[in-house]
Amino acid sequence: MKGFTGPIYSYLAAVLVSMVLVSLLLALFRIPIFETYTLLITGSLGSMTKLGDTLMVSVPLIIASASLVITFKAGLWNIGVEGQIIAGAVAASFIARELQMPTQILLPAMIGAGFLGGAFWGLLVGLLKIRGGVNEIFGGLGLDFVATGLVVYLVIGPWSRKGIASTSGTEPFHENAWFPTVEGFRLSPLAVSVSLLVVLMVIFVFNRTQFGLKLRSIGLNPNSSYRFGIPTSRYILTALVLGGAVAGLAGVTQVASIHHRLVPSISGGYGFLGILVVLLAGYRPFLVIPIAFFFSMIAIGSIQWQLRLGLHSSLGGVFQGTLVLSVVLISAMRLLRQRREKHVKTEE
Amino acid sequence: MRFKLLPCVLVLLFTLGACSSSGDIDSDSFKLGLILVGPQNDHGWSQAHFEGASYAVNKTGGELITIDKVNPADSPNVTVPQIVDDMISQGANLIVATSDDMKDGVLEAAAAHPDTPMIWASGDTAWSDGEDYRSDLKSLGNVMGKMEYGKMIAGCAAALQSDTGNISYLGPLINAETRRLVSSTYLGAKYCWETVKGKSVSDLKFKVTWIGFWFNIPGVTQDPTVVVNDFIASGSDVIISGIDTTEAIVVAGQAADSGKAVWAIPYDYEGACSEAAAVCLGVPYFNWGPSYHKIAKTVIDGNFKASFEWIGPDWDDMNNHDSSAIGFMKGDGLTSDNSKSLDEFIEKLAKGDLNLWKGPLNYQDGSAFLPDGKEASDKDIWYLSMLLEGIEGASTTE
Repeated sequence: MKGFTGPIYSYLAAVLVSMVLVSLLLALFRIPIFETYTLLITGSLGSMTKLGDTLMVSVPLIIASASLVITFKAGLWNIGVEGQIIAGAVAASFIARELQMPTQILLPAMIGAGFLGGAFWGLLVGLLKIRGGVNEIFGGLGLDFVATGLVVYLVIGPWSRKGIASTSGTEPFHENAWFPTVEGFRLSPLAVSVSLLVVLMVIFVFNRTQFGLKLRSIGLNPNSSYRFGIPTSRYILTALVLGGAVAGLAGVTQVASIHHRLVPSISGGYGFLGILVVLLAGYRPFLVIPIAFFFSMIAIGSIQWQLRLGLHSSLGGVFQGTLVLSVVLISAMRLLRQRREKHVKTEE
Repeated sequence: MRFKLLPCVLVLLFTLGACSSSGDIDSDSFKLGLILVGPQNDHGWSQAHFEGASYAVNKTGGELITIDKVNPADSPNVTVPQIVDDMISQGANLIVATSDDMKDGVLEAAAAHPDTPMIWASGDTAWSDGEDYRSDLKSLGNVMGKMEYGKMIAGCAAALQSDTGNISYLGPLINAETRRLVSSTYLGAKYCWETVKGKSVSDLKFKVTWIGFWFNIPGVTQDPTVVVNDFIASGSDVIISGIDTTEAIVVAGQAADSGKAVWAIPYDYEGACSEAAAVCLGVPYFNWGPSYHKIAKTVIDGNFKASFEWIGPDWDDMNNHDSSAIGFMKGDGLTSDNSKSLDEFIEKLAKGDLNLWKGPLNYQDGSAFLPDGKEASDKDIWYLSMLLEGIEGASTTE
């Protein structure tokens, strides 16, 4: 299992290729190409408000991606990240709904609860793998569905609005449970700080600790690691718990800084999108930030495509998909060229 | 001479100033921002709003700015306040949010932009007698059609056509709006079953199943296609839709193609019968155009005032696109005899000879809702807290 580990220019080439492909699509439907791209940039960066919105979309994506770096580096396909985000959101929502406390106490309690909620969901994936022999892909996917079911049950059942049974969400939390924002904007410095701290923590763990080194070793070759005396099962379990805990923080930011309530689709698909981000970043945590930010630019900027040009709202998704395919294509071409060169050298 | 002219010049300047500050907008530069919860071509709720807003802008001049699928499942990155900000920066003079699901977002946006006229369709925050009145939000009005009439007609059509007396209602989510619409449908069905067909109400089975939201969200709501198939399997021969999309009539059409005697009544959008015309008994639909045009005109003229508008049909011609807020378009599936009976029912409603929201009426649990002879007030109907007696299905989650 490997991500795309090409040099920076290969990413730029991928962006260019995807832009060319999307431009061809736009030209086919006689849509102004230059204006479309201009709107993408002005729509996501054109004002402090828009920059703030883009940053806020990047927050859960960065955190989810950082969580995936931990498990992917340990050789674990943690598809259960969506469920872990949801579990974090549910735990934070429980605190927000049940405890009447000042913001200074409530927000750290929500963050702590989200961390533990995500960790618990990660632990379940780990136990299924270690004790039950269930591959983390299947265990994680199953727990994603369980988490979604749990939220729907809560939203339509015990946490439903008075006299209403709707999957649209719970009552908004009391403002004490909202992450504070910069006045006049939706930007929450706390949420942005949490995302950056998480990335720094992941960088630290993998570059400065024995634990990180051993996880990388397990990711590269679990059998050899075991023979060298690393307790692989324990490390795998720890990686899934830690990854889940970090993912849970993404859930906290979703309920406390975006929706201010629990909704069934609280994960926002950021877990699955995070998989693409991490693959594109080649598991390098520092690259997660710019790639996630670029994805967020597309998500926010593409709103303008519908508002100003009347384009279909799914075009942003087409652009993201084309970008990923372009990176895959260029990465494959590069690998093919390297193999040919190696083959030629061997023959010589 | 110069000094004598000065007062006249000042008066003229003040007069011009007064004109320009009255809030008048050049109709060509008028922009209406429309926020839809579903796709704008859903043949249901969202398309009805889109066509209503298009009608308004065609009449007033100007431009329509639309964004669709604004809900957390389809657009997790998009919130209503964010869209409102964008629309205002694009020059929108009037913004219409079209779903009860947008309540929190539109309240936040209205508080942040107190000078921009906004409408929250289907809401009640501008109703001074209402339970959710927000006197602080001076720029936020509400508009809603009295669909209760459309649903009563739908219920009557269902009862007239049904052979089995087994009628099913595909419900969206449970709230006061959906409770009153289901109850209106039942009242129409009960009246026509008993009075027109002369059958006993004990032979009428009226069941509602709620999917959990206004449209299907895979993995979150119940699948409406599965629910409708269950209705048909349990012997229902008329399916009435209360959701924003067209699964009821589509599945009924498929069942009819395979030889079953099933009919359907879709909802929201005038053209919804086209999904399976042969099984369609008719469609109660919203015609938002006249209301949106009226509101847009007040914005252009500079005299917009946030108000709560709950508008009934134009009884002279409820399918008049220029005057009626709701309508009922009969479908090909309705027999000519039943069509005549339905016309007579509509006429009684139009003349005021028939008020089905009149006691004695009980709640579903048998407790009294209206004593004998008492007519329900608008508040009684709008905030109906429980389904009426005779309806099978959940009233709340409690």
